[in-house]
Amino acid sequence: MATTSSTSTKPPAGPVKRRGGIRGREGMAGWLFVTPVVVILGLFLLLPIIVAIWVSISDWGGKGSPLGANFVGADNYEALLTKPGLSQQNLATSLRNNLYYVILVVPIQTVLALVLASILNGRRLKGKGFFRTAFYFPSVTSSVAIVTVFLFMFTGTGVVNHILGWFGIHGPNWFNDPRGVLRLILSALHIIDQDSPPGWLVNNHFLGMSWYDWLSGPSVAMCALIILAVWTTGGTFMLMFLAALQDVPDDVLEAARVDGATRWQTFRSVTLPALRPTLFLVITLGLIGTWQVFDQIYLTGGGGPAKTTLTPAFLSYQAAFSDFKWGQGAAISFILFAIIIALTIIQRLVMRERKKLPRRRRFGTVPPVGTGSETVAAATAGGSR
Amino acid sequence: MSSQRTIRIALAAVTGVALLVSAACGSSGGTGSSGSGSASQSSPSSAGGQSGSSSGSASASGSGSASASGSGSASASGSGSASASGSGSASTSGSSGTSWTAPANMPKANLTILFGSSGDAETNALKAATADWAKKTGSTVQVTPASNLDQQLAQGFSSNTPPDLFYMDPSKLGTYAKAGNLWSYGDKLPNKSDFYPALVQSFTYQGQLYCAPKDQSTLALWINTDDWSKAGLTDSDIPTNWDQLDAVAKKLSTDGRVGLSLSPTRDRVDAFFVQNGGYLVNDDGTKATVNSDQNVQALTYVKKLLTDGAMKWSSDLNTGWGGEAFGTNKAAMTIEGPWMFGALSSDYPNIKYKIVPLPAGPTGTKGTLVFTNCWAISAASKNHDQALNLVEYLTQPSVEMQFAKAFGVIPSVQSAQADYLKEFPDNKVFVDGIAYAKGVVSAAGVTEVLSDFDSQLGTLSSGDPKSILDSVQTNLAAALSGS
Repeated sequence: MATTSSTSTKPPAGPVKRRGGIRGREGMAGWLFVTPVVVILGLFLLLPIIVAIWVSISDWGGKGSPLGANFVGADNYEALLTKPGLSQQNLATSLRNNLYYVILVVPIQTVLALVLASILNGRRLKGKGFFRTAFYFPSVTSSVAIVTVFLFMFTGTGVVNHILGWFGIHGPNWFNDPRGVLRLILSALHIIDQDSPPGWLVNNHFLGMSWYDWLSGPSVAMCALIILAVWTTGGTFMLMFLAALQDVPDDVLEAARVDGATRWQTFRSVTLPALRPTLFLVITLGLIGTWQVFDQIYLTGGGGPAKTTLTPAFLSYQAAFSDFKWGQGAAISFILFAIIIALTIIQRLVMRERKKLPRRRRFGTVPPVGTGSETVAAATAGGSR
Repeated sequence: MSSQRTIRIALAAVTGVALLVSAACGSSGGTGSSGSGSASQSSPSSAGGQSGSSSGSASASGSGSASASGSGSASASGSGSASASGSGSASTSGSSGTSWTAPANMPKANLTILFGSSGDAETNALKAATADWAKKTGSTVQVTPASNLDQQLAQGFSSNTPPDLFYMDPSKLGTYAKAGNLWSYGDKLPNKSDFYPALVQSFTYQGQLYCAPKDQSTLALWINTDDWSKAGLTDSDIPTNWDQLDAVAKKLSTDGRVGLSLSPTRDRVDAFFVQNGGYLVNDDGTKATVNSDQNVQALTYVKKLLTDGAMKWSSDLNTGWGGEAFGTNKAAMTIEGPWMFGALSSDYPNIKYKIVPLPAGPTGTKGTLVFTNCWAISAASKNHDQALNLVEYLTQPSVEMQFAKAFGVIPSVQSAQADYLKEFPDNKVFVDGIAYAKGVVSAAGVTEVLSDFDSQLGTLSSGDPKSILDSVQTNLAAALSGS
């Protein structure tokens, strides 16, 4: 993003040396025009990242400039990844929590957004404007307000449990319930016994946490946050899908219908391929946003109950600002960065356009909707949730 | 199309929920957002945030303790009648041990104070007291209530512009001292010996007293007297040991109410360790003793209270802290400190209560916990002399009494005790507790260990006390050894 914009304006500088003469000043002028952007990006983007990298490999204690701190190599990363202790436990716990959060939120919100967009794209739907606003509303509302309302709704005596009560369900004390949902399901199906879990699950560890704990699933409290996230971000992504759907050419859809395709076949073979770039964008943004979840955690009490809503982003904040382990805090954020990058690359490989399927092209080349990767880059820079 | 209809129904449902929500927000007290977050006076802030709201509750209500004593219902056992409070003993100044004298030739300075305020009462009292000092010395003092003390301090330290003076919780002492952020001035204090020993212990790190304690509070057992008499209990049933506590708590657990409710934090549970002769660390705070037999026994007792149905965590009662469970009468007893006065008089004025010392352990050992904050001075401050002088001024018995009257804290100096008890006889139970209380563990890096302990306490009823304490022992030992 940053570098491409500056390098792409560089070429004029090259020819200068060869040609000279009347074009000699062009390079200078080019640099002059680029300078403000380079300075601003360098100061506010590049420099902080470099300092953060330095902090993550130093023993800076939060006093004075970090540049005066001592180099400690990979100590901070070791404490988090390989050295048994509380730091490692916390990181493992937060990664587990966030992993389940991502696994549930990303697919659900993507499907929900797609379904809502498809409905809103329907020709005969009345009051489109109203529904569009209604669905998008949660996304423009302050997340602080939404979380506060959710806290009230999901208390033990809150609205949600009240409604569940109509159906004879005794709802849990949502935000205070640390029980893992996957574990509850497995024990309800008599696959595992919660009182005496199988030894191979308890005795094998990864990152200092037993497999049994890894497999606990999202806690009940985390499930409430998952519902919240799906509800708030579904609207944003719906809007993206809607824009893409409206760009699918009518003649192609019509041709499909003339060819005798059913509604489902049309959707499956015409609409969905046309949405591929948008799908990529939505999933990428979803992955990034869900791995960086912070404000909901901060507002619901900082990781409780029993650390089952602790996430790496919040752990990083806590390690730095409350425990004064600035190095570890920075290291956690880079570990998180690595995870996000790795997942995005994997996703790119999986969703890559397969050239081998000529049958898909039978309806003609569907112009790609939106400009996938650039939008991703722009949105990433702008920050997303 | 059927899908359209579904949407319409869904939308109707959403609107309905929204209406219900707006109704619910008004009525249900919600998840204890009573605290302002910034730990105020000597409140047991669980820095981990888990039940953080318990701390902020040290709330304001200027005349908090004064009005409570006036209500007459709060009669500390043993202190006799509450009538003594009537005598207007306003002339506390000049009574005893005034250590402060206006310095002869101290250069003028502009001091800044950053503090977590419990409310306007505290802010105004502090402004008034510092203005008096400023007038006498010619310096100026800028008093700033923090919105997030930890974070603002962290920014100040990193930019080398910290406030000259700030409130500090003992659990932060080790972390800040180790990073070199604190100026250790304890030995320079002329009134060092006047502070209660347990408070001095709380702010001693590696053998040095770092800062002057500014006030204190201890834990006691709060009993709802209506529930008490309804259950057929009398004054002779007031629990003095664990068995009796268990018994009365069971008896009080009726009508959908639970006998005893605690905030799920080590800042309550540790009291049981002390009563059983144990604690998290040894006496000089150098060695972790978390999984000692005494502690395991004590935690097993707490677990028994939970599994017997005699006790529930405040979080399991949909409340933010023990005081809210007590105030909303979801629990007949709780273990809290003097900050409850303010909360009860402002939020739950109809609750009638009695405050008694915590029951003793099986061997008859009394035990409670003491919480405090201190006047920390930044190492990077350029005005050490003036700041120290201000601290001396603020820790005089007469000034501490001003604070006690303004926002209900208990003085940290022993020379103010007589005056304080004369003014607030009902608080004798809290003042007495200091003699057998243990302070918060203050080594570097303990915050995260203790908040981890808190998070495990939440699942105590289904957990194993020994393995919980074992894991905390490992982590605390690692923190104490400085790794």
